[in-house]
Amino acid sequence: MTAETAQTAGTAQTAGSAGTAARARSDAAGALIEARDVTLAFGPTPALRGASVTVRAGEILAVMGPSGSGKSTLLHCLAGILLPDSGEILLDGRRVDTMRENARSALRRDRFGFVFQFGQLVPELSAEENVALPLLLRGIPRAEALARARTWFTRLELGATRTRRCGELSGGQAQRVALARALVARPQVLFADEPTGALDSLTGEHVMDLLVAAAREQGTTVILVTHEPRVAAYADREIIVRDGTVTSYDLAPVPPAPVAS
Amino acid sequence: MALLGLLEREPSHGYDLKRDYDAYFGRGKPLPFGQVYATLGRLARDGKVLVGEAEPGAGPDRKRYVITEQGVSEVEAWLHEPVAPEPHLQTVLFVKVVLALMSGRSAEGYLDRQRAAHLQRMRELTALKRTGGLVDALLADHGLFHLEADLRWLELTAARLDALAAAVRA
Repeated sequence: MTAETAQTAGTAQTAGSAGTAARARSDAAGALIEARDVTLAFGPTPALRGASVTVRAGEILAVMGPSGSGKSTLLHCLAGILLPDSGEILLDGRRVDTMRENARSALRRDRFGFVFQFGQLVPELSAEENVALPLLLRGIPRAEALARARTWFTRLELGATRTRRCGELSGGQAQRVALARALVARPQVLFADEPTGALDSLTGEHVMDLLVAAAREQGTTVILVTHEPRVAAYADREIIVRDGTVTSYDLAPVPPAPVAS
Repeated sequence: MALLGLLEREPSHGYDLKRDYDAYFGRGKPLPFGQVYATLGRLARDGKVLVGEAEPGAGPDRKRYVITEQGVSEVEAWLHEPVAPEPHLQTVLFVKVVLALMSGRSAEGYLDRQRAAHLQRMRELTALKRTGGLVDALLADHGLFHLEADLRWLELTAARLDALAAAVRA
């Protein structure tokens, strides 16, 4: 057992969940997050109908599918934001869906990072204050939080925007600030829901380049919801959500073909 | 035409042209020497290049080729003309889907496998783009956009399979 899972097990007991039994059932082969036969309906409308997926530690997984297929709902379930009507969500073999709300919100704060399509930054704060926010929320002193936030401005090629207010940033800059904020506390898992959806394709690819490089460097697992194949191509593999269920194909490597036809 | 275009830069030996062609356009499919000299021979016959005297020295070919005025206008005209858009409806993807449906098979599994194969290739091209230079990135993008167009077609076809099955089985 690693220090990380030991710590998780400890938290599970204090949170009063059925951690031990769930852990015994979990896959040992690198599974970090799992959804098992998850169903969820919004009123009479089923969003997920028996969705199952296993996300391995350190991988970048693209979740694809048409609009309304349930891909964002699945992401919200995996992140412990939405609770399934039936089925299980596990993190390191520990049930997330049976945790109390405060335990789930601690999990989201301490181990998860989030980046969405838009509208996630506080417009009145400077870019560096926005990035430092997750650290401040964890009780890290302001000077240290800002110092750690600043290192991200070079990494994400955002040097000149550090002290600007977020309302004054371009779409691509704002999205990189959001990415820095999602990663500054070194989360175990980054949940990204259409992170390039509001950007033009060149800017979007720049953001994806930086996202992938930063996630690999920190060993962060990424769950990336996108309907764009070009964005999904940055991931290690993809699953398709269709009518609330998951399809995945583990292909044998395709023989290399020349680039130009 | 690519060789003629490369020759427009400066008088060159066949070997130099082949080397540059392979570097820029070959992408793992090097041009055979025979094809280079056959093409240059045809271009000379048609008055688009001039062949210099054989130069002293070792090596299989010491002749230098020079583009003519006619060759330059040919390159210019070719660069000006848009390429005829490919009629994608005749691709093997389409044939497989229709044949599967005609024979009463399900095309859904094929479409899923094809989508997975396309995405796998897109991952390879994206990796090339992230690690290679600008020329690699431009070529990879060309491939990526075409694969993406195919994927959109696959999605749309998947959504219309029932209607398509009814049409081809009628």
